[in-house]
Amino acid sequence: MNDIKTAASSLLTAYIKDTPKSLKLIDSYMVYVLLTGIIQFVYVVIAGTFPNNAFLAGFISTVASFVLAANLRIQTNPKNASQFPTTSPERAFADFLACNVVVHFAVANFLG
Amino acid sequence: MSTESSSTVARVLKPTILILIAIVAISSRLFSIIRFESVIHEFDPWFNYRTTQHLVKNGFYDFWNWFDEKSWYPLGRVVGGTVYPGIMVTSALIHNVLHFFNFPVDIRNVCVFLAPMFSGLTAFSAYLLTKELKDSSAGLLAAAFLGVAPGYISRSVAGSYDNEGIAIFLLVFTFYLWIKAVKTGSAFFGLLTALFYFYMVSAWGGYVFITNLVPLHAFTLLLMGRYSNRLYVSYSTFCAVGTLLSMQIPFVGFQPTRTSEHMAALGVFGLLQLYAFAELVRGYIPPKQFRTLLRGGVVAVAVIASFGLTILSFSGVIAPFTGRFYSLYDTGYAKIHIPIIASVSEHQPTAWTSFFFDLQMLIFLFPAGVYLCFKELKDEHVFIILYSVFASYFAGVMVRLMLTLTPVVCVSAAIAYSTLLDTYLETSEHVLASTKPAIAAAATSAPTVIEATTSDSKATGKKTAAKAAAAAAAAAAAKSTDAEAKAHAKSAASSEKKRFPIFNLDSRLLVILQLTWFLFMFAWHCTYVTSGSYSSPSIVLASRQQDGSQMIIDDFREAYYWLRKNTKEDAKVMSWWDYGYQMAGMANVTTLVDNNTWNNTHIATVGKAMSTSEEVSYKVLRHHDVDYVLILFGGVIGYSGDDINKFLWMIRIAEGVYPNDVKETNFFTPRGEYKVDHDATKTMRESLMYKMSYYRFAELYGSGNAVDHVRNARMPAEGPTLSVLEEAYTTENWLVRIYKVKDLDILGRDLKDSTAFDKGRVRKVSSLKKK
Repeated sequence: MNDIKTAASSLLTAYIKDTPKSLKLIDSYMVYVLLTGIIQFVYVVIAGTFPNNAFLAGFISTVASFVLAANLRIQTNPKNASQFPTTSPERAFADFLACNVVVHFAVANFLG
Repeated sequence: MSTESSSTVARVLKPTILILIAIVAISSRLFSIIRFESVIHEFDPWFNYRTTQHLVKNGFYDFWNWFDEKSWYPLGRVVGGTVYPGIMVTSALIHNVLHFFNFPVDIRNVCVFLAPMFSGLTAFSAYLLTKELKDSSAGLLAAAFLGVAPGYISRSVAGSYDNEGIAIFLLVFTFYLWIKAVKTGSAFFGLLTALFYFYMVSAWGGYVFITNLVPLHAFTLLLMGRYSNRLYVSYSTFCAVGTLLSMQIPFVGFQPTRTSEHMAALGVFGLLQLYAFAELVRGYIPPKQFRTLLRGGVVAVAVIASFGLTILSFSGVIAPFTGRFYSLYDTGYAKIHIPIIASVSEHQPTAWTSFFFDLQMLIFLFPAGVYLCFKELKDEHVFIILYSVFASYFAGVMVRLMLTLTPVVCVSAAIAYSTLLDTYLETSEHVLASTKPAIAAAATSAPTVIEATTSDSKATGKKTAAKAAAAAAAAAAAKSTDAEAKAHAKSAASSEKKRFPIFNLDSRLLVILQLTWFLFMFAWHCTYVTSGSYSSPSIVLASRQQDGSQMIIDDFREAYYWLRKNTKEDAKVMSWWDYGYQMAGMANVTTLVDNNTWNNTHIATVGKAMSTSEEVSYKVLRHHDVDYVLILFGGVIGYSGDDINKFLWMIRIAEGVYPNDVKETNFFTPRGEYKVDHDATKTMRESLMYKMSYYRFAELYGSGNAVDHVRNARMPAEGPTLSVLEEAYTTENWLVRIYKVKDLDILGRDLKDSTAFDKGRVRKVSSLKKK
C-alpha cells in the first residue's frame, strides 16, 4: 500500500513537471467531462433510467467528448509527433471539431 | 519507356480500367431485364418497393410514422419502426435528385437498377481496400473479381431490390475506411468509418458483422502487443460515434446497449481506455513504480468489473443472444427450436459445391492470399485474416452469408494472383528500369563475369542484351569490389534478395499463359452462372418447349392482377407467408401473414387453417375475416416450389403452436411416406390445402389419368369436394388458385349440408333438362 502511495505521488509530481500547459488544459476538460459522466451514472443508479434515450444521449455525449478530447490530446502531444506524421495540431483540432459536430447532432436528435 | 512516362500511362489507365470494370459489373447484372422486363424480383424486394413507393409519394415524415394496416391483419405492422430504411431512402433520394434535374425517371426503374449501380461502387471500394493491403494492381484485380463474382451477383442483379444490394458496398467501404483509420490514426477517418457504419446499420441487419469484426481486430492487435496511439484514436472514435449513431435507427433502438451481440464492441472500448491510461502513466514514472501501480489498478478494475457484470446479468439488463444468432453457432438449433427459421432455404447450411459454384478459381486462390497476408502481417493484414476466418465459418453455416465471404475472397485472391504476376513478370520490368546502370556497371566489371553470364543465358536459346546486362549487374554487385558498380546495382540486388527472379522465358510464359487461361475460365464461368442461375425474376418463369422456343409463364402476375381488379378494396386474402409481400405489392390486398415473419403464432394460425379439415379451418377463416385464400399449385406444369411441397413446413409450424389440432405424423402413410395419391392418409385428404390443390384437378385429364407432375403421382379419378370455399380464379397454367370463402348459409344450415343440397338440385335440374 505504501508503495502505491509513493508511486502515485511521484506520478503526480512528474505529471505536473513534464506536461505542457495545453495538454493540462485538455486534461482538466477531460476530468470535468468524466465527472459529469459519473454524476449522470450515479443519478441513473438512484433514480432509474426512465427516459432511456435521454440518459443514453447524455451519457454517450460525455463518453464521446471524453474520447475525442483524448484523441486531441494524443495527437497534439509533441512526444507522439513521430507516430502521426500526417496530423498537425491544427488538423487534430479540426478533426476534433468535426467529430463533435456529428456527435452532438446525433445527441440532440436522440434526446427526444 | 522510362519509369516516368509509364507512371503517366498508369495514371490514365487506372481510372479507365476501373470505369470499364464498373460497366462490366453493371451490364452483367442486366440479363433478367433483357430477357424479361424491368420488373422487381422475388419476395422481399416487393416489400422494399412498396415502401419506397410510399416514401416517394408521402414524404419521409409520413414514412417514418407509417402504420401499415394492410399487412398482418388484424394486427397491422409499424413499418417505420421495423424496417432498415437505408435502401428506401437511398432510392428515394436518387429519384428526387433526378427529378430535380428534370429527368422524369420512374421510381420502379430506380429500384430495379439500384443494385447494379451499387455493384460498380462495390468494385471501386474493393480496389481501394486492396490498394491499402498491397498495391493498386492487386486493387484492380480485386475490383474486377468482385465485379463479376457470382457470390455477390446472386443478390444484386437488376430487379433484386434488396438490402444486400447496397449493404455489400457499405460493408467493403466501411472496412476500407477502418483500415485507413488504423493506418493513419486519423480521427477524421474514424468518423467516416462511423458514418458509413451508420449507413450500413440503416441498410442491413448484417451490420452486426462489422460491430463484431472491428472490435475483434482491435482486440487481436492488443493481444499481439501492437497497441498504438493510432489504434486508440481510430477505434475509440469509431466506437463512440458509431454506437451513438446506430441507435438513431428505430429498428435497432437500444439494442447496442442491451444485447450480447453488441457487447464485444463496448468491452473492447473499455479495455482500450484502460490500456491507454496505463500507457500514459507508464510515460511518467519509472518501471518499478509503474508495476506496483499497475498491479493495484488491475485488482481494482477486476473487482469492479466482475461486480458490475454479476449485477447486470442478474437484473437481466443484458439480453441473451437471439435465435438467429444461436443458429449461427449451433446449426441444429433452428431445426429443433425455430422451424420458421429453418424453413427458409437461404438459412440452410451451405453445400461445399456452392463455394466453387459461386467463387470458382477464387476459392483456391483465397488460402494463398491469406498466407501472403500472414507473411506481411501488418495491422491491416491481421484484419483481412480475421475477416476471412470468420466469414468462412459463417458462410459455411448459412447459405446467404456467402455474401459476406465473397468480398474477402476476392481481395485475398487478388493479392495472391497479383503476387504471382509480380513474380513472373518482374524481371522484365526490372530490366527496363535498370538497363542503363546495369550496362555501366557491366562495363566496369571484369570481362570474365560477362562471359560467364552470357554462356548461362545461352542455355535459354533466346538471349537479349538487356537480360545479360541485368544478370551481369547482379553478378558484378556480388563479386566486384568496385564501389561504384555496387552503388549502381544496389537497388536491383536488394529487390532480388527477397524473390528469386525467373529468367527463363518458357517457364514464365507457361505460368502467365496458364493464369490468363484461368482468368478466361473465370469470366466464362461467372457469366454462365449469372445468366443461368441468378437472373430469374421468379415471378415470371421461362421454360423451353420441345421445339426450342421459349414459353413465358406469367401466372403469378395474372393472379395478382385478377385480385387487384376483382376484389373489394379491403378484401383480406390468406396465403402462406411466402407470398405476402408480393400480394401486398402487386395485388394491393390485405394479407394475414407475410415475409416479415415476426409473429410466429399468427403464421401458425394460417398453417392450422391450411392443414385442418374444412369444419375446423372454416372457424379460423371466419375469425380472421378472410375473404379469399390463395395457393400455389404446380402439379399441372411441374413447378416444384408449390404449396403442397411446402405443406410439411406449414404443418410443423402449426403443430408447434396448436399441437392438439395438427399432428405431423397423421400426414404420413404407415410406411412413413409423404403421399398425395391413392395412398394419402385421411388427414391429408381432408386437409384444406390438399382439397384446394386438387379440386377439379381430375377433370382436367379424363377419367383416372390425372397425374401430378411435381410428385409423379397418379391421382384418384374422384377428386376432393369443397363445401366452405368456392373456386374464384385459377390461372392459365393452374399455378395460382384463388378460392372465395363462402358466407354463412342464409338458412342457418351447415355449409356442408347446403352444398350437398345445392348439388342435388343441380343434378336434378340437369337430369330434367336431358329428358
